[in-house]
Amino acid sequence: MDIAEQHELVFRARGLTKIYRMGEVEVKALRGIDLDLHAGELVVLLGPSGSGKSTLLNILGGLDTPTAGDVYYLDHNLTAAGDRDLTLFRRDHVGFVFQFYNLIPSLTARENVAVVTEISTAPMRPEEALALVGLGERLDHFPAQLSGGEQQRVAIARAIAKNPAVLLCDEPTGALDSQTGVVVLEALEKVNRDLGTLTVLITHNAGIAAMADRVVRLSDGHVVESRANATKLPAHALSW
Amino acid sequence: MKLSLHPLDLKLLRDLWHMRGQVLAIAAVIMGGVATLVMSLSTYDSLTTTRDRFYAEYRLAEVFAVLKRAPESAAERLRAVPGVDRLETRVRAGVKLEVQGFSDPITGMLLSVPDSGLSLLNELHMKRGRRVEPYSSDEVVVSDTFAEGHRLEPGDRIAAIINGKRKALTVVGVAVSPEYVYQIAPGSMFPDFKRYGVLWMGRNALGAAYDMEGAFNSVTATLERGAHVQEVIDRFDGILANYGGTGAYPRKDQFSNRFLSEELKQLQTMATVFPAIFLGVAAFLLNVVISRLIALQREQIAILKAFGYAHQAIAAHFVKFVMVVVVIGVAAGTALGAWFGRGLSDVYMETTFRFPYLDYLLNAGVVLMALAVSALAAVSGTLVAVFRAARLTPAEGMRPETPTLYRATIIERLGLQRWLTAPSRMIARHIERRPVKSLLTILGIACASGLMMVGNYQKGAIDFMVDVQFRHAAREDLALTFIEPTSGKALHELAALPGVVHVEGFRDVPAILRFQNHSHRAALYGIQPDGSLHRSLDRTLQPIAVPAGGVVLTDHLASKMLQVRPGDMLSVEILEGRRRTVELPVLGITQQYLGVSAYMQKESLNELLREGNVVTGAYLAVEPGREAEVYADLHERPRVLGMVANATAIRSFYATIGEFVLFYNLVATVLAGAIGFGVVYNSARIALSEGGRELASLRVLGFTRGEIAYILLGELAVLALVAIPVGMLVGIGLVGILVVAFESELYRLPLILTAENYAMGATVIVVSALLSGGLVWRQLGRLDLIGVLKTRE
Repeated sequence: MDIAEQHELVFRARGLTKIYRMGEVEVKALRGIDLDLHAGELVVLLGPSGSGKSTLLNILGGLDTPTAGDVYYLDHNLTAAGDRDLTLFRRDHVGFVFQFYNLIPSLTARENVAVVTEISTAPMRPEEALALVGLGERLDHFPAQLSGGEQQRVAIARAIAKNPAVLLCDEPTGALDSQTGVVVLEALEKVNRDLGTLTVLITHNAGIAAMADRVVRLSDGHVVESRANATKLPAHALSW
Repeated sequence: MKLSLHPLDLKLLRDLWHMRGQVLAIAAVIMGGVATLVMSLSTYDSLTTTRDRFYAEYRLAEVFAVLKRAPESAAERLRAVPGVDRLETRVRAGVKLEVQGFSDPITGMLLSVPDSGLSLLNELHMKRGRRVEPYSSDEVVVSDTFAEGHRLEPGDRIAAIINGKRKALTVVGVAVSPEYVYQIAPGSMFPDFKRYGVLWMGRNALGAAYDMEGAFNSVTATLERGAHVQEVIDRFDGILANYGGTGAYPRKDQFSNRFLSEELKQLQTMATVFPAIFLGVAAFLLNVVISRLIALQREQIAILKAFGYAHQAIAAHFVKFVMVVVVIGVAAGTALGAWFGRGLSDVYMETTFRFPYLDYLLNAGVVLMALAVSALAAVSGTLVAVFRAARLTPAEGMRPETPTLYRATIIERLGLQRWLTAPSRMIARHIERRPVKSLLTILGIACASGLMMVGNYQKGAIDFMVDVQFRHAAREDLALTFIEPTSGKALHELAALPGVVHVEGFRDVPAILRFQNHSHRAALYGIQPDGSLHRSLDRTLQPIAVPAGGVVLTDHLASKMLQVRPGDMLSVEILEGRRRTVELPVLGITQQYLGVSAYMQKESLNELLREGNVVTGAYLAVEPGREAEVYADLHERPRVLGMVANATAIRSFYATIGEFVLFYNLVATVLAGAIGFGVVYNSARIALSEGGRELASLRVLGFTRGEIAYILLGELAVLALVAIPVGMLVGIGLVGILVVAFESELYRLPLILTAENYAMGATVIVVSALLSGGLVWRQLGRLDLIGVLKTRE
């Protein structure tokens, strides 16, 4: 039975449209997207650059608002929310992981996680979150003292430490070599499995799609395919 | 025609426009420095030029001498002294004046002018009316300050008590004299237009009134080119000794001229100390801003170099950026400085110095100097950063900068981290990561505070000086001088006057004090050791009794002018009577902010002068409310030459300096504000530029604008808070410099800072911080949350 049907609906997007004005030019990033995302799912968003993946992720994560259409988080309409509500939404429910880590250089690994747990309502301890991504030994290192893969795992720990309902990852392995990338993906897989966090992962790397419960393919602002993965591979079996 | 600019220059213009807030903030700091420089130097130039022109055109004498009385024939011997060019004898008479409707005592100086033709020396510049008609018996020309104080016009009648006899006088003209550019009554502390006046009268009329027919008691002379001033003075003294001469003195010791010189010296100090502070701060700010600009443009620079731009071209590009800021600052500073300079010159003309005209001058040289000094400061401040930009190899430039390595701060090494939230730790580590920059920022902000304190310092200092002088030292209500040394019995007469509560007599005599190769001409005062009105104070401002048999000297006179210590023997040449020279021990030092004097016990001085109980004046305590009555009584007494009432002197003094105080407050506020805002705003903008990515990441993670503002502005707030006490120290230091620089025998400023001064200093910091914080808060609302995640740093 499909995970999608057993679990609670977390995101429901209907007719999402996003138009940017870049000077004289109008860019239609999203052209009417309908998408449902459920608790516990690991979803991979695939698509070439410019297909609208990041725009979609930004809107889901409350970093951006659509030009038209609606997006609901549980029963909250994100489309109607203001800056203040979106900030609270991100603070309480969303974990982000980015391609370039975006760690705070002046804080240690532990503190980079703590910076989020300090403002969360029911977080795990930073040490716990770091142990979960296999960094229990490097708590007091500053970002400049960590490798790229380690930095990205700190970013994942930071994203999950607040026990978010959803973990949004934008090209989390984009800046890493394949071997390091797999370690990072293993961490994400573990979080998804152990904590049951809805995980949405953007990549243009089709190889990674094999670890997903569901693969959503975007092209030119449309969802062109959404399929459940029949044979889900563990992350350590991936390579590219 | 299409204006074509080099692409690099276009980039320059756009960078400037993009950073306009910071550019203006730095330009404002440079403006502050240039404004003080231009203000001080242009006022200095204007006053110097005006003074020199006035002195030359109106033939101010170069040697002055006062004596008791000499027959006119003695003048020939003086004229024969080698080196004397022109010499003029005259009669000078200290008088009491009466102006209808003004009951306070007025002292005056009546000087004779030749009845035949113009004066050879010290010519008057007539502002209104005419000169004295030759051989007229009652015509006088009055000084313009006195005319102003009493609204006197030609045709008005006043009266003078000359040698105890009342004489009615007719004002025929109002004039200024090169000899009295600065006018102050002898023995008085401050100029008082209403209670002191200089008047000029025909030689015959004054001679007749003052019993000086065919005689003179004042002589002035100019010298031939190359003449040796001291030799002429010595010869004069030799000739005049028989006629009661009290010692000739050169122009540099002439009171008005000396005061003017002191004031000009202070302007020069202002022209160096303050611009140096501003330009130092501007150099630091430009260094910080250019360093950041170069960090941001690392890749652009690398690409330009990859295209083949030479080091010099890149360096020139950034130097041009700096120079644009400098030129804006210098232009604005010159305009502001010229405005301040005119204002300052006007204030001088109205309150202190009387010139017939003022040539306000803004020399191109001053502007060029301001430009050169600012450019030097700015370019040297940015040179390191520019040099680094120029040296960058293209390949290196295109690689990202190595991430900054942070360390646990001292707070954490001390185990205090559990008291700090992660944002607070960020603040602590940012500050600690770049200690030099943090320190310079603190120092820059502190300078603003210090400047504010200097600008507001005068009021408190003057209050303090007045308090010490009039409530601790010279506590008499009235000081009067007799026409000549008088028996001490006169004091009983004074004490018996209705309204007089207490009388203390004093004996003063002009003297030259010598120690080793130092000498100074001063008044030697014999005062009553047990006196309660006029007292000497020690360093803690406690009254000390002057011991018998020696002298007590004003601190400045002892330590700076004569370099003498208690216990040393001072050689004292009495410039009266037989002009004896005696050796006297220095028995103590007295703290005094106004003037310098030497004190003895009255009896000791009487003994020294081989006279009995003789006084030259008296200090009086008067029953409150009966002052006018006492003045009127004393005015009628022929032996009373002049009176100085302290309360009125203080009031008029405050009226005089009010404008100065206000002016300096205005200047200080504008300039301190410029520095404070310049430093804080730039620090905030740089912090925002450096930390923007971090802050945007935190916003993404769910931090509110307020929470990230805490991180950004918290750092600034910590620096600003630390800067408050540092600013107070800087303020004390600057005031200390001012005190030392302005120290003269005329007055010494006390190093006194009031709670109000400190509060003003702190206020500048707080206001600059709030203003900058507000501006940056708006910027924080515009952080690009999405963009920052897509780009590598």
